[in-house]
Amino acid sequence: MPDLGKYADTVLSAYAISIVILIGIVAVSVWQARQARARLEDIESRRNTKPKT
Amino acid sequence: MSIWEYANPTRFMQTSGKLLPAVSVLSFVCLVVGLIWGFFFTPDDYRQGSTVKIIYLHVPSALMAINGWLMMLVTSLIWLVRRHHVSALAAKAAAPVGLTMTIIALVTGAIWGQPMWGTYWAWDPRLTSFLILFLFYLGYMALWAAIENPDTAADLTAVLCLVGSVFALLSRYAVNFWNQGLHQGASLSLDKEENVADVFFFPLLVAIAGFVLLFLALVLLRTRTEIRIRRAGALIARERLS
Amino acid sequence: MIALLRRDLKLAIRAGGGFGLGLAFFLILVVLVPFGVGPESGILSRIAPGILWVGALLSCLLSLDRIFQLDYEDGTLDLLATAPLPLEAAATLKALSHWLTTGLPLTIAAPFLGVLLSMPSEATLWLVASLAIGTPALSMLGTFGAALTVGLKRGGLLVSLLVLPLYMPTLIFGAEAVSRGAQGLPATTALLFLAAITAGCAALLPFASAAALRMNLR
Repeated sequence: MPDLGKYADTVLSAYAISIVILIGIVAVSVWQARQARARLEDIESRRNTKPKT
Repeated sequence: MSIWEYANPTRFMQTSGKLLPAVSVLSFVCLVVGLIWGFFFTPDDYRQGSTVKIIYLHVPSALMAINGWLMMLVTSLIWLVRRHHVSALAAKAAAPVGLTMTIIALVTGAIWGQPMWGTYWAWDPRLTSFLILFLFYLGYMALWAAIENPDTAADLTAVLCLVGSVFALLSRYAVNFWNQGLHQGASLSLDKEENVADVFFFPLLVAIAGFVLLFLALVLLRTRTEIRIRRAGALIARERLS
Repeated sequence: MIALLRRDLKLAIRAGGGFGLGLAFFLILVVLVPFGVGPESGILSRIAPGILWVGALLSCLLSLDRIFQLDYEDGTLDLLATAPLPLEAAATLKALSHWLTTGLPLTIAAPFLGVLLSMPSEATLWLVASLAIGTPALSMLGTFGAALTVGLKRGGLLVSLLVLPLYMPTLIFGAEAVSRGAQGLPATTALLFLAAITAGCAALLPFASAAALRMNLR
């Protein structure tokens, strides 16, 4: 841990907030991607199992 | 080989599926290396003390906030001219990422500004133009969300993006006229004289590369999501018809 | 073209809504400000240019969703789109009639409201000039915003979100011209920039508005 001097709070809070926000957007994107993929696979499997009319 | 091949959603899905893990890993590595290098192994600035370490978050995110809008402008233009759906969806996918970058730039800037300028917020031209950029991102996303027909939404948001770009640029220079700034001049120009010192510069470059790759990875991932949602919608519509 | 303009003006005046409402809103806003910041004339005269410009801008916003909404609902817009008159011209006329019913009355009313805010008298000329030059740009941009959201059920709030960032440069130069005028500084530069924005808007935005309308009508 480097010595941050009197600005320790400032630097640490900036890093903490930014990293939380970055993880947030990544998590949301991954979650949405999973949802979309699951939904699409669900629909496609339904299409493939259904007998062709 | 031409870039237009990727206008085909299937081709895009194949290539982006292969590209995505590599880009993600690379961006993660760059971010970790750049930020750890910047945070642990750079000296304090003689005037700014340890707050100079915020630069490794502030500058790359600000850069990507602007370049994100630029990317949306280019993809919107491609959509309007050549009507490739992937392009429109990429613009839609980039907006939330750009918005996030804008928020990070604003927040780290505010935190940095408190000890250096004695205030979290000042109506400094660059701060103000970022606030305006933030509003543009919000409006763009709100318009996407409000329109039901996806093609109409893509058209209208593309036009908004074009007009918005002109006015965002205009605001950028209008605020100069209105208030003198607190920001330093360019810290990343090719002109060596006004550049930041090398000790800060190399970790900053790595951090920037990390942010660029992160942006790319997120846009690829989100575009893939949008394509899947679109396809799911189309399949459901077909099911209802039959 | 003149028939369309005359029709829009007539509708705006007879329907009552847009025409008087914007002015009344402007008046109330200006009356409310002294209650908020206190009656000292020193403070009021300092902030008067900004308040008057922001007030004019907000009053312009109020009537934006009326520009196309009624025409869209009763099908007039479809007729306009198929008429021999190019849609760009129709959009320009819509913006012009919006300006005649909101921007022009606001410009005329502003000096009198400036008295309420104890604005220095030498600024009055600059105020009228800057509003006269700047409000057409507001109407043009508003027409563009209205064209983007014409198909939506509840477009009113969205229009504000879309249009307000676009209003920023106009507001900056407009208010700057008046406050420089009030302090006796040369204000022509700001006024020229304002005129440039209006001219640019008039030249380019009708195309954007017409494109947005076509996309919405498709």
